[in-house]
Parts: sequence; C-alpha cells; structure tokens
Amino acid sequence: MSMNKQGRPTTPAPARSSGTAGDRNNGGGDVAPETFSGNRGLSLEEPLLFEVGNLNSCGVDLPQPLDCAPRLGTLARETPIGLPGLSEPETMRHYVRLSQKNYSIDGGLYPLGSCTMKHNPRLNEKMARLPGFADVHPLQPQKTVQGALELIETLGGWLTEITGMAAVAMSPKAGAHGELCGMMAIKAAHLAKLKRSGTAGGAIANNSAAAAAAVAAAPKTVLVPESAHGTNPATAALIGYKVKTIPADADGTVRVDAVRAAIDDDTAAIMLTNPNTCGLFERDIVEIAKAIHDAGAYFYCDGANLNAIMGKAKPGDLGVDAMHINLHKTFSTPHGGGGPGAGPVVLSEALAPYAPVPFIVRDGGGFRLVEEASGAHEYGTGHDTPQQNAADPFGRLTAFHGQMGMFVRALSYMMSHGGDGLQQASEDAVLNANYVRAGLRDLFSQPFGDKPCMHEVLFDDSFLAGTGVTTLDFAKAMIDEGYHPMTMYFPLVVHGAMLVEPTESESKHALDEFIASLRALAIAAKAGDVDRFTSAPKFAPRKRLDETRAARSPRLRWQEDASS
Amino acid sequence: MRYLPLSDDDRKAMLDAVGASSIDDLFADIPEAVRADGLADLPRTQGEMAVEAALSKLAAKNVAAAVVPVFVGAGAYRHHVPATVDHLIQRSEFLTSYTPYQPEITQGTLQTLFEFQTQVALLTGMEVANASMYDGSTATGEAVLMAHRATRRKRAVLSGGLHPHYRAVVETLSDFAGMAAETLAPDPLGREDLISQINDETSCVVVQYPSVFGTIQDLSDIAAAAHAQKALLIVVVTEIIALGALKSPGDMGADIVVGEGQSIGNGLNFGGPYVGLMACRQKLVRQMPGRLCGETVDADGKRGFVLTLSTREQHIRREKATSNICTNSGLCALAFTIHLSLLGEMGLRKLATINHANACALADRLAKVAGVDVLNETFFNEFTIRVSGAGGAPRDGAEVIDALVDKGILGGVPVSRLLPGDEAVKDLILVASTEINTDEDRAAYAAALQDVLA
Repeated sequence: MSMNKQGRPTTPAPARSSGTAGDRNNGGGDVAPETFSGNRGLSLEEPLLFEVGNLNSCGVDLPQPLDCAPRLGTLARETPIGLPGLSEPETMRHYVRLSQKNYSIDGGLYPLGSCTMKHNPRLNEKMARLPGFADVHPLQPQKTVQGALELIETLGGWLTEITGMAAVAMSPKAGAHGELCGMMAIKAAHLAKLKRSGTAGGAIANNSAAAAAAVAAAPKTVLVPESAHGTNPATAALIGYKVKTIPADADGTVRVDAVRAAIDDDTAAIMLTNPNTCGLFERDIVEIAKAIHDAGAYFYCDGANLNAIMGKAKPGDLGVDAMHINLHKTFSTPHGGGGPGAGPVVLSEALAPYAPVPFIVRDGGGFRLVEEASGAHEYGTGHDTPQQNAADPFGRLTAFHGQMGMFVRALSYMMSHGGDGLQQASEDAVLNANYVRAGLRDLFSQPFGDKPCMHEVLFDDSFLAGTGVTTLDFAKAMIDEGYHPMTMYFPLVVHGAMLVEPTESESKHALDEFIASLRALAIAAKAGDVDRFTSAPKFAPRKRLDETRAARSPRLRWQEDASS
Repeated sequence: MRYLPLSDDDRKAMLDAVGASSIDDLFADIPEAVRADGLADLPRTQGEMAVEAALSKLAAKNVAAAVVPVFVGAGAYRHHVPATVDHLIQRSEFLTSYTPYQPEITQGTLQTLFEFQTQVALLTGMEVANASMYDGSTATGEAVLMAHRATRRKRAVLSGGLHPHYRAVVETLSDFAGMAAETLAPDPLGREDLISQINDETSCVVVQYPSVFGTIQDLSDIAAAAHAQKALLIVVVTEIIALGALKSPGDMGADIVVGEGQSIGNGLNFGGPYVGLMACRQKLVRQMPGRLCGETVDADGKRGFVLTLSTREQHIRREKATSNICTNSGLCALAFTIHLSLLGEMGLRKLATINHANACALADRLAKVAGVDVLNETFFNEFTIRVSGAGGAPRDGAEVIDALVDKGILGGVPVSRLLPGDEAVKDLILVASTEINTDEDRAAYAAALQDVLA
C-alpha cells in the first residue's frame, strides 16, 4: 500500500461561494433572512478586542503605587504599548460571546479520532484549584511541598502500574514533548552503550572529542510506519535521526517481516503507535519488539491510543522501552482549545537510568526532588519509586517539574475510576467504536475489511466515489447536523480517511442518534444531494473559511490600518 | 462508575449488534501470551466524596502561598488573578474544545488566539507572535533552533544571566540536535562581555531581560554587534509584567522575543501548566514553530480566523517540519488574554509600577538588616541579596531560606538551588515582590531575616 499523498489537502482549498447575498437570503426555506445587526437570535457577532476596547479602560481596581525612586536605569518605558482594556462587564460579555462560537465535548459528541475527546469531570477542576496545589511555587523549599511531590509520585505509580513499565519521567509538557523525552533517552542509552563497550568515551553532555566519536558511532536511523502521527518523524528528525518509512500491510498493520527487512546496523529505534492510527491492534507487536531488541535498538511506542487497552494489555509486556501518555487524552484533562496537555513518559529498565531531571526520590520519610544531573547517580540503585532509578539523566526538558495542574486532574480521574473502572472505560470505548462500525458498515467503506476495531473506527472515501462529495464536504455537512467532524485525511495511508473515535463517554442513545445522522448523510450523498455537502456548513457561526487567502498573505495580528 | 453511561443491558445489546459474543471478542488481536488480566493491583473505583477527601488531605500537606508572606520568583510569580479570568476559562466551550481544526465551529478559540498574538506582539515590540508554546523555557529552546535554521549556523551564545534551568533546556536540546550552546559564567552584577563572544559562526545571542539576578541591561549594543555578524538577538523575559514598565525588547533590536506568560492570568501551580510566549520579526515568521492563527474571510465574505501557515508543521511536513510541537498552551493563553484585556494599557502599566515600587520598598527595608547586601543597582520586581552572619562570614542561602520557612516566610530562591556546587553564589538569594505583598509582609520578612542572620 502506498502513502496517500493526495489524501489530505496540503494546500488549503479555497472556500466555495454560496452565491450572492440575494441568492443566499432566498436559497431555501431553511435559511433565515439577514438581520440588520448581523446577529441571529442567540448567535451574536463579536468584534475584536481591539475594536471594542480602548487605552483608557480598565477592568481591575488597583491600589495607588507606593512612592519610590525608580531603579529601572535608563530603560523605563516611554512609549505606549497600545493595549486596549475593557471594563469587567464588557470583558465578560466579549469572551462569553466568543465562547459561544465554539463546539465542545460538554455540548456534543466529539468523535475526533486519535484525540480521545472524553468527558472532562468537573471534580478534576475543583481538585486542581485547591490552594495546596494551585497556589504553590515550584521553587518553594521542598519541605513545604511534600504533598505536591507525593501527588506526582502517586500518579507516577498509577502510570507505571497501568503500563507495566519500570519507571516514569513526569516533566514532559505534552505528547510531542514526551516523544522528544523518550527519543532522547534512547539516544542517550545508545551513547552510554558505546561508552561502556569502549567504542567511544565521554557523555553527550560535554562536547569533547570522545563524545563526538560516540555520536559518530551511534546508530542514526529510526523506523517509522507511514501511518504514524506526524509528530513521530518530526521528533526523530529534531534530534538528528534519519527517518526510514515502513510500509503498512494490506490489512492496515505493520508486519514483523517489514520491520525485519528495514532493520540494519544503523537502526536506533522504531516508533510505533499501538493500537495504531487505523484503529487496529498491532498483532505482530511482540515479534516486532523482539526483532528490534535483537538488533540492539529500542522500541518507542506512541501512547496516544492507550485509552483502548487499559487492563487488557500492558505496553511493558509487549516489549516497549518508552511510551508517552497524553494525560489530556486517556486521563480526561481538558483540551482547552489546544492545550495545555501533559506527556509523562514511561520507561523500561533499559532506559530508566537516562530519564531527565527533575525526578522524585524517597528520602527518609519524605520525598525529594532531584534537580541536577550531576550527582544523580547516587540515587540510581534502588527501585523504591517509579522514578528512583534515573542514575544518568540525559538533561532537562523544562524549567520546572511538569504540568502539576494536569497531574492533579489526571489523578483525580484515575482515583475516581479505580483499576476496575479504567478497564471498564477501555472496554466501553472499544465497544462504542465497534457499535458505530456496525451501525455504518453497510453504507460506509472500511479500507481493511469488516473486522473489529479498537477504540476508533476508520473509514475511507470509496463509499463516496462518483458522488461529487469529498471527505471534507462530508465533514462539513456533519457540522450542520450538530456534530464535530471526525478526524479527516488521517492516517495518510487511507484515501480520504475518516477516523471516528466516540470514546466511552457516549451513551447508546447518543450513538444511535449519531449513527442515524451519518447514515442519512451517506444516503443523501449517494442520492446526488451534492449541494447539501458542498455548501456546508450553512448553520455554523461561519461558512467555509478561505484558508488559501489566509496563507497567501498572512495577517497574523490586528493592525489599525489593516481593517478591510 | 459515574463517568460511564452504558448499562449492562446496553452493553449486551451493543455486543449483539456488533456480532460479538463477549467483549473479549473485540480484543482478540491482542496476542494471548500478553493479555492482561485487569488492573487488580490498583485501588477500586471511588465516589466523588472519597476522592475529594483524599486529595484535599494531600493538598493540605503543602504550604500554600496564600497563607504566608511569599517572595519567591525566579521564573514564576504570584500575582492576583481576577475572578473573571478563572470563570471565563472554565466555560465549557473554551475548556472542553479541541485544537481548532474545524474553524467554522471554533471561531471562539481562534479569535482569542488572534487577540493573544496581537497582545504578545505589542508587549514585546515585535511584528508577529505565535499562538503560544509550552512555557518560557521550551520557547527559549525552540527560539535557538529557529535561529539556527534562519542563519544556517549552529552556535548559540547564552548570557550567564539566563535562568539556569532555561540554559539547561537549551543545552539539552542543542546537544541532541548536534548544535553548540556556549554559556558565559553567571555574574549577578551583569558585567559579562557577551559582545566579544559573537563571531561569524554565531547564530544567536540569548539574553534574559531583566536577568535571572534581576538586573536590567540595555541590549541595543548587543543587538548591533549580533547584527553586524548576521546573528540574531533572542531576548528572554521570564516576568512579562516587567514589559509594562520597561522599554520593549523590540525597541532595542531583538529579532526573537520569548518569555513566560504565567504572570498574567495564570497561577503558580507548582510549575505548570504555564504559557510560553514567542514573537519575532515578520521576516522570520516562516521559521517559527507552533500554531499560528490568521485572519481570512468565509464564503459569504465575513471575517473569520483559521490556523495558518501549517506547511511549517509536523502534521504536513513530518520530518521536515520546523518543530515537533503540536499541542500548545491554549487555555493558559486564553487566561493571559482575558487578564490582559481587563488590565489594558492603563492597568498593566499601573500594575508594573506597583510591582516595582513594592520591590524598591522591600529592597530598602532588607538593606537595613545587618548582614544583608542588595547587589542590584537596577531591578524590576526581583533582586539579589548576599547574606552574611556575625563578622561578615557568608551564610548559606539555602539554610537561611529554610530557617525563614520555620518563621512563616517564603523568603525567595537560594541561588544555590539553581546553580548547585557554585561556591561563588552560595550566599546569594533571589527575592521577588509583587502587588500581593503588603507593608506587613515586608516588615515580617525583615524581622525574620534579622533573627535568622543574628
């Protein structure tokens, strides 16, 4: 199967005109006439902050500053910044109105494959706002933050238990940051191996000739299946690895023979997502891990799809050496319109010594944060805690200790579920995806045949062949039906991919309605009702947006003279 | 389990519809030898009441900054965040929305990102800003890589006044990416000679403003020297409120400005989540990592916003992307934008003045304590003190801070925590003061410090 480079529009499609304003108003019985204000009932237009605020408005009452002789040297600001302000009621209205232009998981089914848009419990928010967690400085003396360290340590324990791994690095800030962490640990392990075997000396942390020799001798290729998330090859390339693409088999999985064929002396690691982005469990995974390990390489697993397998399979048992866990996917921390996420990385015994600083160790009756790489080896013996064995840290990934606010939310979620509830969540997620599959299989096309999927189900666009409707059109028509579209044009190995992940948060009733809507759309497309799709969305706050125009002459900030 | 809507009857009916005899049929692809038998070693499901009790108990083991006078900074600052901010970011539509991949139904997120980008560009004095990074330290690392790409060079020069943890992040990234990062020795008085380090192999010079020790330095000469060698000046701002009182980095010739935006809209949260800021000159925008939001029109000609220039990004470019970054810090950026909208020009400048005045008052008061030297001539809201005991013998800053905790004061960050093993800084403490500190706080600090040093 070849990579579907045409599958996803890499240059944005221009918006299609829906006709003149006059046509628009008379375009059908379901389109309301234009209003004088531009508003439509509860759907309100809202200008930019820079158009409603002004330099003299302020929504905060501040005390008068103390008198003092400024100590800013010669650098006191003399020119205005140009920041408009708003009173408090205006601020509330501006941002409430803007919020109303967003789709959200609280408001509706959000079947975005590979993103795990599950319910975000409000208990998590309440717990994260306890002053003992929210109002604690990262550099307070450690004796004043023992509860915070204990929380991180406890969460680390849950993560290693769920994944069956030896250790965990907690500081990565998001999934891609976790990938970076895992791949750095792999690179550090290769260099340390060369150092031990005497091929080259010196640690990567210094720029000595010996370190350069180790870098030169270390393997330089990372194997990445073509169905992988884009972050995988980007991460590998960021730290100097060459990416070798492995083809997927006709059944949508990576076969061990393809991996064996790709392995050579230069292979440093494989980056594999499991369950993969086609929604399938990689059946050869144990053999793939063995082949990789036999070659002296390491197995990085993209943990984006952990939500499918909790209590059903442990990555540690599968032979994984490093895997990031998106707390904002599997463990329900809110996506917030694009972050913040959190991406702790679980590590095998082989990689644990290279985990970055900071990490937490037990020290007497309490907990201690190890913040410096030098001298960390003294903590590298025991396995009292999931983080205790980082003897030879590869460095530091972020200023402080990771996404504490996300840690509290994730632990609150895990404690609520318990081990039994987490397993049930995975089972329900998989059941829901298969129920959607069963509900659509006669009308939609499954690229790899009609067989069970994991927590997400993948369709291609062959069921739309000859209709004049594309995956993009179909997705936009879903918006008119009140749904956030599924992931489109990903994975790249499938033409016009539609990746549907309902998650365990949806009731049978909600799924029945969703299935009915999608069936109705598929029937309409096949019946030639093309305009329903090509002119969609009609009922969203905006019609299709002209992405080509945005990219051709980028306007990335408001400017007074730029208003068109 | 309260988060799971399916009943056992539902599950049975759904399995029937799927054509599976049991749930295990759906997991048949997992090789038998590695199938897990549940998660029996973890605790069982618990109700909301029990979880709340357990977590509250853990939280109570920490000394929250709210209950004691706090003077801790070094890259994270305790400021007052208006109640409106936290209410608005908890709106379902902001909190539980994904990255705005479908712009027609995410105009709320997109427009606020456009406002955020504009605010950050204005504050830093730059032409464009992106939609946020993870935090200030990772933004700094990405800025250095960006400078390498833009100049096709591989050698960065880092000021000794850069936060040591930021420096460590840059060094780690540089080591692994095969680039060089050369750091000058930390000097609390800022007497380093950066300019002589710049040559025709230098991709960028990285300077923190104000420095980690609090000193404020005019960067115009460094900018000119860098530009003369076709290198870029990267300015790092860890206390963004300072730019309400100080000349912007753009005015001094910066090419890229990165920073930590936590101070506006975001709490301390024991180090995260925070919000990384990144702004640059227009000509560098296609080298920028991260999401960018741009203005366009819809099919009816109405103004709208989309994520744009995505041909820089990993989901399109894969191994040729400018960065592997995907998620940013959306909700923290929203908090930043809402708080800054409430403040506006007037509020931010007044807030900055209050911060500076409170820090001046604190410095004056601490300077009167026997054994305390305030090292800075210039500072914004944070400065460095040297502590000594009877007869002028240096005192260990970490021990002094520990002793202050016992007196109910969070007195600052011992420099030895950031630079362990460096004997020259062992008696130094970074002390920060913001608008939250009162005269009573300052008096309590001075009295406690007097006791500890006596």
